[in-house]
Amino acid sequence: MNQKPLVEFQNIYKIYTMGDSEVRALDGVSFSVFAGEFVAIIGQSGSGKSTCMNIIGCLDTPTEGTYLLNGNDVSQLTDDEQSEIRNETLGFIFQQYNLLPKLNILENVKLPLMYKGLKESEQTERAMEALKRVGIDDKCHHKPSQLSGGQQQRASIARALAGSPSVILADEPTGALDSKTSAEVINFLIQLNSLGNTIILITHDNSIAAKAKRVIRIHDGKIIYDGIPSEDSIIRSTVLSQREGAI
Amino acid sequence: MKFTKTVQLAFGSILSNKLRSLLTMLGIIIGVGAVIILVSIMDGVTGQVTDAFESFGMNNITVALTSRGSTRHIEPDDMYEVIDENPALFTYCTPNVSLTATVKTKNASDSEFASVTGTDETYDKINQLGMQEGRFLQFIDIEKQLKVCVIGTYYEQELYGKGKALGQTLKINGEPFSVVGVLEERADSSENSSDQCIYIPYTVASKMSQNRFISSYTVTLSDANKLDEAKAILENRLTKILGSSDFYNIIATQEILEELNKIIGTMKAALVCIAGISLLVGGIGIMNIMLVTVTERTKEIGIRKSLGAKKKHILSQFVVEAATISGIGGILGILLGAIVSFAAGKMLNLTIVPSLFAVVLAFSVSVAIGILFGFLPAKNAANLNPIDALRFE
Repeated sequence: MNQKPLVEFQNIYKIYTMGDSEVRALDGVSFSVFAGEFVAIIGQSGSGKSTCMNIIGCLDTPTEGTYLLNGNDVSQLTDDEQSEIRNETLGFIFQQYNLLPKLNILENVKLPLMYKGLKESEQTERAMEALKRVGIDDKCHHKPSQLSGGQQQRASIARALAGSPSVILADEPTGALDSKTSAEVINFLIQLNSLGNTIILITHDNSIAAKAKRVIRIHDGKIIYDGIPSEDSIIRSTVLSQREGAI
Repeated sequence: MKFTKTVQLAFGSILSNKLRSLLTMLGIIIGVGAVIILVSIMDGVTGQVTDAFESFGMNNITVALTSRGSTRHIEPDDMYEVIDENPALFTYCTPNVSLTATVKTKNASDSEFASVTGTDETYDKINQLGMQEGRFLQFIDIEKQLKVCVIGTYYEQELYGKGKALGQTLKINGEPFSVVGVLEERADSSENSSDQCIYIPYTVASKMSQNRFISSYTVTLSDANKLDEAKAILENRLTKILGSSDFYNIIATQEILEELNKIIGTMKAALVCIAGISLLVGGIGIMNIMLVTVTERTKEIGIRKSLGAKKKHILSQFVVEAATISGIGGILGILLGAIVSFAAGKMLNLTIVPSLFAVVLAFSVSVAIGILFGFLPAKNAANLNPIDALRFE
């Protein structure tokens, strides 16, 4: 691949100091994600995957190292600059959907477009387009509480898509869903990826990670595996044990 | 994000917490209402006082004489002389002799105490008195010291019955006076109103009084702006005659009114300050609720920030919400103030018109309070770290 990476971590450290002790949430992490990839970042809780996702999502800044997003150094930005980057470049999908309960689905999907400063009519047009893509445009005037978990997650995917971001960041998107709905959501992400969207998925669930094209496994703040899912030993063993269980 | 959208958002948020919003507004409603009520009532009082003084005659100067026991007096002729010498300054001068006397009708057995004023034929012009029937005192009555009297409608109705007073005899301190005129009703003919009055020639009154001299003169100015000049001329002449300025006192209606207005103005300012304290308390209430709201909506702030909201978006959202709460409170307060002012005006018999100035000021102050007290909570909200805010449950 000769093109420039979309996301590039160069020796990123995130160190929290708690009293005298020092916690290295990320301990010299380097990797690149190119446009069109579907990457799963996997790790147990406390492994540093959430910190990794916060830095990729411009919600946090690294203690050391350089983070290039679309070729621009975004390691040390102010709050407002980070907000702008998030709005322009990133689409978030959260575990708890994080839809605003008092707004209807359409208004929720319009939020990032509103902060972009688009005209009201354009906001509505693009939001409806995104809702159509996830197949819940008929529910656009419902409040989130009137939808099922799967539908809410679709709404949050629509919200992430509405701003046409370079990268879609999904943080445990299936964590709150039953297995059937999770499969639907993951399939939908796969479908999005096949249409050219870059997706970074953060999960602790090996079976979910196995659906990605590439897996980055983090343990104690370090990358211990970066490659195709089938060669990730832990995934393999999980998959194997599942097969054994099935037998 | 457009301003209208922000206001829309604020309304949505206020409506979703109706009771809380109303209670938060209450401080502002009461504060603004109190300011409007107090300003309106004080303006009404000022208006009434001014009207009352205008009915006395705004151009009048009273010369009160205190030369009791002295051999030197100011005789009516001394005063007439001053007036005649300065036609550009003065129009009329009338002597006043105040008596407290017993009055009764010719055949009545009971008498009552009344205050009787001895004056001359210009008194009705100076005080703009109209006649209901008959005539006022005339020069000849004064000159010939005739025992005639002009009465107010209170005595007419009390002693004789409406329309039956003219030509009757009124006994003042036992001496019979003929009723030659009844004044037009000025108040409501009740006791202690300006309709309870009896006027007789001052020449007669001064003889009936113990010390037999004129207690005061009322002088009218031809031009209200020449008060200082007129006072100086009167002082000059009076001091010359009496030998000292200690024996008289010059009181101008204008000056009393100005003094009274000053006092009312100070009272008004003090009352508005007190009402202002409730506005301050209302503002603190808003700040308190906004701080709670920001905490409650931490997650929402986190979500908005993750979607690209900048500090200014969050800041304006919460400031506008606070300003909307206080603005609605202000409008409700203005309505409350207007209703109570009108009701109070009816009860106190005052003409009350809530001033546009007070309404505009009250509304702007309430919105300003919202912005001021909403700013700190909004700043807290804007400065929230998106990761912490997103994790907040």
